[in-house]
Amino acid sequence: MVDIFGIDALSVLVFAPALSALLVAALASLVPSKQLGRWTALVLSLLIALLSIQVFFDYQAAGLAIGDEPFIITQDSVWFEAIGARWTLGIDGISAVMILLTGLLTPLAILASWNIDDRAHMHLALLLLFETGSMGVFAAMDLMVFFLFYELTLVPMYFLINQWGSMPKSGVKYSGRFYASTKFMIYSFGGTLGMLLATQLIGWSAGSFSIPGLVEAWPTFREGQALLGIDVSAVKALAFIGFFVAFSIKVPIWPFHTWLPDAHGEAPTAGSMLLAGIMLKLGAYGFIRLVIPLFPDVWLTEVALIGVNVATLFAILSVVGIVLGAFAAFGQTDIKRLVAYSSVNHMGFVGIGIAVLAQTYAQLWTGANPAADVHSAIIAANGTVLQMFNHGLSSAGMFLLAGALYHKTHTRELADYGGLWVKAPVMGAILLFTSFASLGLPGLNGFVSEFLIVRGSWTTYTALTAIAMLGLLFTGGYILKGLRAVLHGPFNLRWRDTNLELTRAELVAMAPLIALMLLTGLYPNWILPMINTTVSTIFIRIAS
Amino acid sequence: MDFLNDPNALPWLIPAGPLLAFLIITLLTNKSKLVPASDHHEYGGHHPDYDGMLVPVVARYSRVISIGVGLCGVLAALVISWMTLYNASQLHHIGQEVLASSIAWMDTGETAFMMGVLVDPATVIMLVMVPIAVLMIFIYSIGYMAHDPRQARFFALISLFAGAMLTLVVADNVLLLFVGWEIMGVCSYMLIGFWFEKESAYKAAIKAFTTTRIADVVMLLGIAYLYSLTGTLNYRDIMYNPETLDMLATTAPIIFGGWTVSAASIIGIFLIIGTVGKSAQFPLHVWLPDAMEGPTPVSAMIHAAAMVSAGIFSLIRLYPLFAAGGDPHHGVLTEPLAFMAVVGAFTALLAATMAVAQNDVKAVLAYSTISQLGFMMAALGIGAYIAAAFHLITHAFFKALLFMAAGSVIHGMEHGEHHVHEHAHDHSSLHPDGGFDPQDMRNMGGLRKTMPVTFWTFLIGGLSLSGFPIITAGFWSKDEILADAWLGVQNYGSGAHGMVFTLLALAAFMTAFYTMRQIALTFGGEARTEAAKHANLGKGVVSITMTLPLIILAFFAIGAGFVGVPDDFPVLNAIFSPEYNAFHHLTVEALPMSEATAAFSSLPDYHAKAPPFNIIPVATSILVALLGLWLGWLVYWRKPLKAGQRDPMENFLGPLHPVLQNRYYLDEIYGRVFVAPSQWLSAQIISFLDRGIIDALLHIIARLFTWLGDLVKVLNLWLIDGVGDGIPIAIFNFGGWLRRMQSGRVQQYMLLILAAAVAIGIVLVLSSGAALAQ
Repeated sequence: MVDIFGIDALSVLVFAPALSALLVAALASLVPSKQLGRWTALVLSLLIALLSIQVFFDYQAAGLAIGDEPFIITQDSVWFEAIGARWTLGIDGISAVMILLTGLLTPLAILASWNIDDRAHMHLALLLLFETGSMGVFAAMDLMVFFLFYELTLVPMYFLINQWGSMPKSGVKYSGRFYASTKFMIYSFGGTLGMLLATQLIGWSAGSFSIPGLVEAWPTFREGQALLGIDVSAVKALAFIGFFVAFSIKVPIWPFHTWLPDAHGEAPTAGSMLLAGIMLKLGAYGFIRLVIPLFPDVWLTEVALIGVNVATLFAILSVVGIVLGAFAAFGQTDIKRLVAYSSVNHMGFVGIGIAVLAQTYAQLWTGANPAADVHSAIIAANGTVLQMFNHGLSSAGMFLLAGALYHKTHTRELADYGGLWVKAPVMGAILLFTSFASLGLPGLNGFVSEFLIVRGSWTTYTALTAIAMLGLLFTGGYILKGLRAVLHGPFNLRWRDTNLELTRAELVAMAPLIALMLLTGLYPNWILPMINTTVSTIFIRIAS
Repeated sequence: MDFLNDPNALPWLIPAGPLLAFLIITLLTNKSKLVPASDHHEYGGHHPDYDGMLVPVVARYSRVISIGVGLCGVLAALVISWMTLYNASQLHHIGQEVLASSIAWMDTGETAFMMGVLVDPATVIMLVMVPIAVLMIFIYSIGYMAHDPRQARFFALISLFAGAMLTLVVADNVLLLFVGWEIMGVCSYMLIGFWFEKESAYKAAIKAFTTTRIADVVMLLGIAYLYSLTGTLNYRDIMYNPETLDMLATTAPIIFGGWTVSAASIIGIFLIIGTVGKSAQFPLHVWLPDAMEGPTPVSAMIHAAAMVSAGIFSLIRLYPLFAAGGDPHHGVLTEPLAFMAVVGAFTALLAATMAVAQNDVKAVLAYSTISQLGFMMAALGIGAYIAAAFHLITHAFFKALLFMAAGSVIHGMEHGEHHVHEHAHDHSSLHPDGGFDPQDMRNMGGLRKTMPVTFWTFLIGGLSLSGFPIITAGFWSKDEILADAWLGVQNYGSGAHGMVFTLLALAAFMTAFYTMRQIALTFGGEARTEAAKHANLGKGVVSITMTLPLIILAFFAIGAGFVGVPDDFPVLNAIFSPEYNAFHHLTVEALPMSEATAAFSSLPDYHAKAPPFNIIPVATSILVALLGLWLGWLVYWRKPLKAGQRDPMENFLGPLHPVLQNRYYLDEIYGRVFVAPSQWLSAQIISFLDRGIIDALLHIIARLFTWLGDLVKVLNLWLIDGVGDGIPIAIFNFGGWLRRMQSGRVQQYMLLILAAAVAIGIVLVLSSGAALAQ
């Protein structure tokens, strides 16, 4: 793997954004030119993006085959010896994809906030700080480091929503952004409290925070062993709940989702892009990286009253999210909230994929069902990770376009638009394209991952998959509703003298998203083999 | 991959031309000139006025690029199709041998999903029809869209449409078929809503997309299920592979276990539902008549060459799966076959009854399309595989012809209306909103005099649709369906075959009648309005590009039938089928070989012989066609409708007429039963579930903790007061100030989520403890 002046690439990816953030923030007082600050942030983030692309292709060039050790550890040094936490960075095929996504979306978010004038330097610095947090989560191979960066992402996002969020609607004294940011913070923070406890419990009892090590050691802590005088299975259940709630809030899994429409709706454009594009993936990534391999037995625990195990419950909640998310999006009158609810809908597919993964992994691990359908699980897992990547692209694109509209019209009400396609043909065409990518049109990215998930979950959760189709149907409903309200119908003459067309910066930001959506839809194997190799290796190991 | 010299790889390039054309037109023509919206010379027609606003109108160079590039794309597709057809003809035994090529497209564990192209007999027949029909539609569009301000967008979309259709045709697997299928769905959405300012247009677009999507999600499940059972979606590996077919026909299904059906039947029905949506069969047919809102070339594209044909084509592709486990040629139908027979035959008749009462020139054709697709679906249901494929091809030609001729009529009527107003110096009512409907047949009449080419070509298309004996293509394909149905009745007393025969014969009679009614109302008698009197296509490019395709298609509307004359048909067999029935001989090779299927008791012999010549079905199809045409002639041509006169059908049908005209009120029923409740539900989910329950619960707990906090505060106050110290008071004041700074919710939410986590934790701990204790 490439290194920069002797520092390994992952460390650079983690720290360079934070240093860039410091530099941009410092520029604010040194050189007052906002334009210089913007260009500095853009150029630095582009360099980081290039490095993340390099890391992605380096991992690909490593030519790992199914069965090889999927982790490439680039850095492992003493860090917090007292508790046994080490500074370990590394990636496998799954995190490489997520790092690529993070690296790509940040400069686009900076471009999307090009016309923000209010404390521009600080705004950009927070975006870069957020990138450090996400990179850290995806590169962390130590549970403590993981937790640290996981929490770090909250801070810049809170301020982005709280300070640069939407303006109050006419007739309302306070903007919704204060409520939204507080709700977001408390939801997320409350969720991670349990996670902190769980992290400590695990690290303390296993004596190490190394994620690959814990994956081997922690699940084999068996009943009968007592920890602090409590039975191990109870400790495990507690730790599981800590992680489960934290990540479920983040994904979000129904009914932990009500922070999301508020936060997405009120956040500034760049904030929404990163929130939907990257932050939601932290939760799903946490499930795949930690909750499934660390707690295989807990996933099979029967939940009292309901009569299904935890994995199935998770699948049920995901399907509820798919269906209700689609209905809720359909019922919105606010364009950003509509897009926000579409995330609940799309991430539900990630959820059902995770459930299949968990169910199969746990059945193999515990030996409850040695003949579990590994092939379907691998397909579902491929789809899940690809869906995370795809949703990152399409939701970022949708929020960029919704933000572009809001910025020009200062309204998010769908009823205030109408017939805009006449005045903004390019914006209309791009909105159509992105909407159809989001809808899962075959030939574009979303379809490939949704098909893989549907195929993968069909054998495990047949009826639930069929119900999820209802959500897919209504995905069409809300997408068409949004398109109709914005583009179709007679032109609303209120915007007769408003320039509604995309700005140059917005166009440049959309271009790579469009190219990737098309590329992934036409030829998914540019990215899928990396995911597939890692996922297949995990399952082959657990099956043997 | 050497695309040009490798016959196996060449089919990849067939859809490439139109797809590239779409890309190039989209990228090159997005700069428009801005003109005032009130400039009726540049901007108008179907577009509304905007007071004092500048609107984009396609630049002149964009018009040239879009037409040139679009035509090049289609021509490339046509040439490469012909090259491929030649390559296919060089195969020793097409069917057993095919042209195929594929790449690893999507990794799935240690295997990969292969994406590729395939040319087998089913592809061949489509490659004959689709590129020609598409090229005609393109040429016609040059004239039809000549004055539209968004002409470039139109050509881009219609190129994408053509590219998607060709992708679907050359696909070697169900997934790529689905890709082309859905892209066509989106194209039709955008083209139906092409004049997107009109409420009726965008509503029709949304309706088309949503209705077909209902079917598509079910089809997607079918594809996923098929994929999970077979591990592949390749046609050759499934449909041409008796072992796989046998496995599917003998496997119990994963759902509906209590119902004694095979997995093949469940998958089959799921896949057929996809076609019910796409090919507009009852109960999902409602989108198609509304799809007439788009420009007329789009109607031709949707109803003839592409979209609805794609539905039937997919059934033809997947037919071996549907028939697996049954033997339709011996009267044993599987569930999917029976489903197709019932839905198809019912739809054929239902749509024909609705067509009788329509006054819109395009609506009649729309219902006739639904009806004819029903013919094909019913034919497949009774195992008349070849007949269905045959009817698909002939129908595509004559229906494209009819739509474009109807488009010419509308264009001519608009021209006539324009003419009338020019002379009246009345510019205010230039727009169709003025009350004049150029599509209403009651406003027409006598057009045979002013638009003779359109009249003669329309007549040929109409006769072919009616199945006029011997000389038209429609007769031969329809006759073959009836012959197959009759064979089942005669030899095995099959009820399904009998039902199909009866309903289709009735539908064919009504088809001939409403077609004659349409011809008579449009072209017969004398002009009923001033616009009709002056209706014509003018002179020049518009007129040429709009009539040339009609003439070429008229040739196919007659000639296409002669490739499939039964080889035992009296007299004519010597001329057209001296050795064998060419169409039958070719198409049957798409099905698995008899020798291969003979070893499996679950599979029928797919290579059944064509039904022997029988006078009863032939006489029936001749009789119903002539009777219908004669009746139509009697009522409408001999005594032409006068201006303002009531349609004789209204008197004849009485109270039934409004029911038929309003499509049995199905749209209203669907609106009440499906649309309104889902809108209500989505409103409830936000206000009731998310805000009313989840958030309200959070807020209630938050308030509870605020109250507790206040209680503690009061206690503290009392304690502090008791101590009576100044410093605590200062601290308290500071705290109070701090409290005002915050919204106060931070602690509340934190406590709330802790409480929730603890509650869930207790449940999980208790349950896991209970589970582990066992």
